[in-house]
Amino acid sequence: MPEAMGFFTDTTICIGCKACEVACKNWNQLPATNGGVTEMSGDSYDNTRKLDGTHWRHVKFIEQFEGPYNGRWLMMSDVCKHCVQAGCLEVCPTGAIIRTEFDTVVIQSDVCNGCRACIAACPFGVIDMNPAAGTAQKCTLCYDRMQVGLEPACAKACPTDSIQFGSITELRERANKRLVQLKAQGEKRARLYGDDPKGPLGGLNSFYLLVDEPEVYGLPKDPKLPSRSLKQSGTFAAASGAVLGLLALVGLRKRRMDEIGEGAGGPGSQN
Amino acid sequence: MSDTFFTASPHWRWLIILYFFVGGIAGGGYFIAALLQWFGRGRAEDRPLIRIGYALGFWGAVISGALLTLDLGRPLRFWHMLFQSENFPSLMFKSWSPISFGAWAILLFGACAALSMIGAWSEEGRVRAPGAQLLQRGTWLAKLIAGLGGLFGFFVAGYTGVLLSVTNRPIWADSPWLGALFLASGASTGAAALLLFGRRKGVSERSVRWLASFDARVLIVELVILIIFIASLWSIRQVWLSFWGFLLLIGVVGAGILWPLRLHFRPGLSTGFRDPAVMVLLGGFLLRVVVLFASNSIAVQHVAGGG
Repeated sequence: MPEAMGFFTDTTICIGCKACEVACKNWNQLPATNGGVTEMSGDSYDNTRKLDGTHWRHVKFIEQFEGPYNGRWLMMSDVCKHCVQAGCLEVCPTGAIIRTEFDTVVIQSDVCNGCRACIAACPFGVIDMNPAAGTAQKCTLCYDRMQVGLEPACAKACPTDSIQFGSITELRERANKRLVQLKAQGEKRARLYGDDPKGPLGGLNSFYLLVDEPEVYGLPKDPKLPSRSLKQSGTFAAASGAVLGLLALVGLRKRRMDEIGEGAGGPGSQN
Repeated sequence: MSDTFFTASPHWRWLIILYFFVGGIAGGGYFIAALLQWFGRGRAEDRPLIRIGYALGFWGAVISGALLTLDLGRPLRFWHMLFQSENFPSLMFKSWSPISFGAWAILLFGACAALSMIGAWSEEGRVRAPGAQLLQRGTWLAKLIAGLGGLFGFFVAGYTGVLLSVTNRPIWADSPWLGALFLASGASTGAAALLLFGRRKGVSERSVRWLASFDARVLIVELVILIIFIASLWSIRQVWLSFWGFLLLIGVVGAGILWPLRLHFRPGLSTGFRDPAVMVLLGGFLLRVVVLFASNSIAVQHVAGGG
């Protein structure tokens, strides 16, 4: 059984070149948006804007500026987190979403029927429909490349090693060393996101080094599994069903009582 | 900010809204018919109402299945919900996934409703197939099917709300009351549909009176659950400062619950907007429109430009 594999993304050395996005699109033969005609976002230098069914990698530009000269750029190459406890895998009604031998999460496009339950279940907004395929799609962590011993296309293309690929155990060691280094250099806001196997979702197989609150990067502070609501929601629905059934029975009894009161009795036959 | 605001919309739009609405009517209508079959003391005057309930259940299940299939990105793969596509004919079933057990519930509900309707047709002499008389009223088989179908029907009416709660989307996952709300709405719209069709099919005055009184009580329960639902979303109350909040207040609460309640308690001319059944159906539809679109309108938080 191979080791659990994944990404460690050090956002402090991302330069926003988007080489990872291009490499991902190229390797996975993902179609261009808008027929290949460039669409400008209009309010950011980031023009691809978000992860979806045809953008499995996306470099976020967090432009924190107060005036033209006072501020900072944060860059983060975002991708599927390959959660150890994956919400998408949990809800998928067709069994299209599987966990691979590398502990990554993959959508089998030939099994998916496009019901889109996984899109609503993902706590990170990673998955979306690929209109060309009619199925939900996301990063596979280059499953096909991993099977032949190659690293994923995005990590291979990253010119600064902001995206690092490897075994999760080794990546965690590397990430902790880098965290200590940054703190020693005075970057007190540095923190790891998703590295803790005892944390939310059992840890993320794609985890990050951030220098601000997760929300600033568009990441939920405490991502959860969708099934957390199942028991409570189901219980409330069953209880309301019992109340409604009781109401109907009380109504039928009242009708019977009224008929007896009127001395009419019930017409018709008995079962 | 709720963590649900960092998620993406599943693009469930009109086909799913229609499915939630039709599924609610079908499940609620059949459940009422099954209750009458079991506990109505076999009154002949209730039979037309029961037959309409069975028909609502059957056609509702057929339409629901069609709507769900059409909404898929790959409609021809609808059967992947029921069977393992790579290991046919092994069944595909996840008891912890509402969309998985919901697909089975619709199938089983549709089967029960079909058998009940064949029994009803057999009573009317419209079906003379051998064995159909076994499904006629009064037989143990008919009662068993009605009992099972009633439970499946109520399940279909309510699980759609649970399905929405078992996501990570704003509003849906922020409250555990959607299943209860949709179930109550399914019961009220099911009763309203029975009233509407019942008047045209010559259902007895006594049956109509009982049904109208039941509908009024269900509307009160629905209103209470709706208030609890909205209160449970207090931490994200800003989502209602929108067109969808306005529609919830005016369309669902005002036109769909309070107005028909007033009409139920002060009956008079019952046509169009003065018909409580029509208004309850309108309110039930708008409830699903508001719940779906209010959440869909909240897109993934863009972080560019300072967050």
